[in-house]
Amino acid sequence: MATVVESALPGPELAKAAPNPAKIARRGLLGGLVGAFVIAIGMFQTFDGRILIVPVLSLGFVALYWVPVLFGFLASSDLRAPSDPGGRPSVAQVAVGASTGALAGAAVWLFGLIFSTGSLSDIFIRLTERASELLTFGRGFGFALIVLVGGWALLGAIGGALAGASPRLRHALVGAVVWTFGAAVLELVVEDVLDEVGLSFVSRFLYEINGGMKIPGAIVVMVLAGLASWAFRGGFSRARTRIRNLEGPARRKYGLIGGAGALVVIVVLPMLLGSLVNELLANVALFLLMGLGLNIVIGYAGLLDLGYVAFFAVGAYTTAILTSPISPRFAPMLTLDFTTIDGWIIFGTVLLAATLAGILIGTPVIRMRGDYLAIVTLGFGEIVRILFLSDWLAPTFGGAQGVRQIPPAELGLVGVEIAGINPQSIVYFVAVFVVIAVYVSYRLSKSRLGRAWSALREDESVAEAMGIDTVKVKLLAFVIGAILASFAGMVFAVKVGSVFPNSFALLVSIIVLVVVIVGGMGNIPGVAVGALVLIGVLGGPTQPGVLQEFQEFKLLIYGALLVFMMLKRPEGLLPSVRRSRELHQDEFLQDAWLDPADATESDEDRA
Amino acid sequence: MNEPVLEFRGINTHYGPVHMLKDVDIDIKAGEIVCLLGGNASGKTTTLKTILGMVTPTTGDVLVNGEVMTGSSTTDVVAAGVSMVPENRRLFKRMTVLENLEIGAYLRGGEGLEADLERIFDLFPRVKERLGQKAGTLSGGEQQMVAVGRALMARPQVLLMDEPSMGLAPVLVKQNFDIIQQINEAGTTVFVVEQNAKMALSIADRGYVLVTGRIVLADTAEALLANPEMRTAYLGEVE
Repeated sequence: MATVVESALPGPELAKAAPNPAKIARRGLLGGLVGAFVIAIGMFQTFDGRILIVPVLSLGFVALYWVPVLFGFLASSDLRAPSDPGGRPSVAQVAVGASTGALAGAAVWLFGLIFSTGSLSDIFIRLTERASELLTFGRGFGFALIVLVGGWALLGAIGGALAGASPRLRHALVGAVVWTFGAAVLELVVEDVLDEVGLSFVSRFLYEINGGMKIPGAIVVMVLAGLASWAFRGGFSRARTRIRNLEGPARRKYGLIGGAGALVVIVVLPMLLGSLVNELLANVALFLLMGLGLNIVIGYAGLLDLGYVAFFAVGAYTTAILTSPISPRFAPMLTLDFTTIDGWIIFGTVLLAATLAGILIGTPVIRMRGDYLAIVTLGFGEIVRILFLSDWLAPTFGGAQGVRQIPPAELGLVGVEIAGINPQSIVYFVAVFVVIAVYVSYRLSKSRLGRAWSALREDESVAEAMGIDTVKVKLLAFVIGAILASFAGMVFAVKVGSVFPNSFALLVSIIVLVVVIVGGMGNIPGVAVGALVLIGVLGGPTQPGVLQEFQEFKLLIYGALLVFMMLKRPEGLLPSVRRSRELHQDEFLQDAWLDPADATESDEDRA
Repeated sequence: MNEPVLEFRGINTHYGPVHMLKDVDIDIKAGEIVCLLGGNASGKTTTLKTILGMVTPTTGDVLVNGEVMTGSSTTDVVAAGVSMVPENRRLFKRMTVLENLEIGAYLRGGEGLEADLERIFDLFPRVKERLGQKAGTLSGGEQQMVAVGRALMARPQVLLMDEPSMGLAPVLVKQNFDIIQQINEAGTTVFVVEQNAKMALSIADRGYVLVTGRIVLADTAEALLANPEMRTAYLGEVE
């Protein structure tokens, strides 16, 4: 949640010099509303169970107390002229931040007072006595008034001051908070890695044995992160721009270094992590694989496919019925062993099945455009799931019982067999396909086919007039995407050991789509970041993430994140250069404001 | 200057119940500039779509280089040597100029690309300077050059131009028709579909006049310019 503070920079259109009471009231009440919402849905209470810093801070308090900081920041940003580089926050800015915070706090306090009577608990079942106890620190509403108005005014003032601070200072402070928050939230991962590389004394220093950061540890992380952010301000993005602007061999050199680095991480990281974190990593990799596939369909070719899960299901079921000894209709009992012919037969069959499914589903829908394509693919995704569930196909696919007892796989690289009980092996297994997917995506983006997809995405009619066989080219995108999803399905079958129709719900398609959108459409590292953040931290449709507390709020957070991204950063966390320009074209396309076409539109009737 | 590169033989095209083109006969010989004149909803765009195979005529045949192309896909028609400069240029604005030009040569693969690019640069030196720039950032006139360049990259036998004067300032329109003349002199047959009759006829060898899907006049450009009916109806002159 803390990251929101950093990215919610206001647009220049909000710039105004004098404090505006109506605006402050609006911001303050909106903040109060958000706070009340967080309490009403039970986030505050549930997250309180997760201690971030022992004994002072729980995730629940972070979930609620970011509100005054953000809204104070936003209200204070209104006062800043867009050209003002910032430096020293003015008194007005601090005061505006404080009053916004106080107003939000008062609103939340009022909300607490109302629900403590029990009058709202019929609608919001989470508004229990525990909630009011937490809100008031167990000391009654008189005390809570002081904390919520006074404390939130202070937090609002901090937010307000932040808006006026020099960008460098702001960057350092936000960096300190974000990194500390990250270290606390990712405790499981950090601890595993530190212990494994023989730095367990560091993890002992940072973390309590029962979970949560120690205060000295948190302070050290905060100071170090703050100093580092101060020192390297913008260094990362500067380096990125510099590398991006390189051409030819120099660019390729950095690409190779990056690729080699990523490979080393892929090989080494799973060794350092415990099975719990490896399990998470396996899920991340699985969704990354699907995300890369969908990225080809949506990001490259611009086809909004909402039924992507169908191909995932086809891969999983094909693997299941070929390998399971109790597969309903026939049990060839091949093993997914890539050192023998069996494995390759299965691999080939999955490939073939995915291609067929891609063509079968693709052919009827491919002639549609935009929204229609999305709706029809959505339907096909559900049809495939219901077919697997149906009594009609139950003799082959087991209906609701699914197919169970899928044996472990064998890759021939590592000495161990690949099975769900050993998540590390699964990580390596998916990694192989992820590497293939990344390579394929990269090559395609530079190919003639990739260029045809770009043209298609921009202007389908003209692309057709240039002689591009649009149906064939679109179908190719569909089939390549399908094949990558079917690989993910194959891994999934081996990982879980059984497949059921319910594992292939619409939600899977949507989450893969969100991974691609949040990460950055059309961009390979972007999809990786999206998968890490969403699947790794928040969790997949049925898979828990690092923040297991988020489980029940996952869809809410996904939705909120999606809305936020669409509004503020439609190009994704790590955008491709091209995408980002497409979405901010008003700012760079000459046509948008200076096209002679607009100027002479009235000439139409001259003939 | 004698063998026809593009022919319409008794074309009738329907959009559902609407009869768009009625017994249209057009023939364009190698090396010519031919223009098709007509107002809104006269069937100009349908004519182009019919040539490109995006619309299949109900009766009649489209011939490219003497070969019947009726019912062929757009890809086949383009491969047979027809390429188009669409109305309003319609570049792929977020792709670079070079990428736009390369898409023009899509069907030919990469072969001979360099030579073709050089040919375009000879014609439009400005384009060379803009190669790495996004097409959408170019000025209207430059975009027109790229649009023509993109179509020429396909090495067409006949170049279709859909309303080259549409949405351009008068000075650019003039420049545009100069470009058409220039590429025609370089050996490409051009078929211009235009509302701006005067401008089109000033560079064309012959012209057809299309009214609600029917060819009502077909003659040499000079004759059309001199035709009294033409003068009042299309050239905006008062008797």
